[in-house]
Amino acid sequence: MPVTRTEVLELRSGSDVVSIRQVVRTWAVEAGFSLVDQTKMVTAASELARNTVDYGGGGTVRLDLLVDGSRRGLRVAFEDKGPGIPDIEKALTDRYTTGTGLGLGLGGARRLVNEFDISSRVGEGTRVVITRWK
Amino acid sequence: MDRIPILKLRDLLLVSIQVDMHDRLALQLQDELTARISETGARGVLIDISALDIVDSFIGRMIANIAAMARVLDAETVVVGMRPAVAITLVELGLTLPGVRTALNVDRGMALLEAKTSSMPEPTTDLNDADASHAD
Repeated sequence: MPVTRTEVLELRSGSDVVSIRQVVRTWAVEAGFSLVDQTKMVTAASELARNTVDYGGGGTVRLDLLVDGSRRGLRVAFEDKGPGIPDIEKALTDRYTTGTGLGLGLGGARRLVNEFDISSRVGEGTRVVITRWK
Repeated sequence: MDRIPILKLRDLLLVSIQVDMHDRLALQLQDELTARISETGARGVLIDISALDIVDSFIGRMIANIAAMARVLDAETVVVGMRPAVAITLVELGLTLPGVRTALNVDRGMALLEAKTSSMPEPTTDLNDADASHAD
């Protein structure tokens, strides 16, 4: 799939989560998303960025602007080298949380995007990739 | 360090969130609001989120917590000014904000809170009302 632009950002702290939201917003505007679609993508990114910081001990975010024929999309990948998720199915279940959150992060983010991919290895880390098309 | 101002207007507390909040700031607002309700004896809290372009599960939880803590302290919370795109996203995210009253704008939010606070008047108002009815 042709990628027209890429950017990789560090994700270490709560203020990085705020900057990621702003960067994702800018890219979503650039991809031509409607206001509602921008909001969904930014909200999903906010949930996943927080997971990377709070559970993964920080990591990176990679943004790709995609072109597939006439349609444009935005792909955002979150990667950490944290403890990993032992049971992904369980982690995707609403209301399930190991921390103090609502347990809506992963499942909620999945509902806000068109494509959602998660892979995790215990002791090695977690990678979550979301894509939304215009 | 950012700080979100909390204004007192008669027996209400007013908050307008104008910045993209990081999680620590959201928690700080939650603590400060709870302390101010207790200090001032406020009967209502109005939170204007019209400047927020997203509400994710963390900010949603902060709002729900404020409403729950306020209720325990005998104050009602109304959230006003949620943008339509934010409302659509919240529903898909699965966040229902139980126990949080909402209103479209500040005017309607104030009307809701005033109706609540006037249905439970201050003791002095009670006496005046009683006097008035005796005079009849």
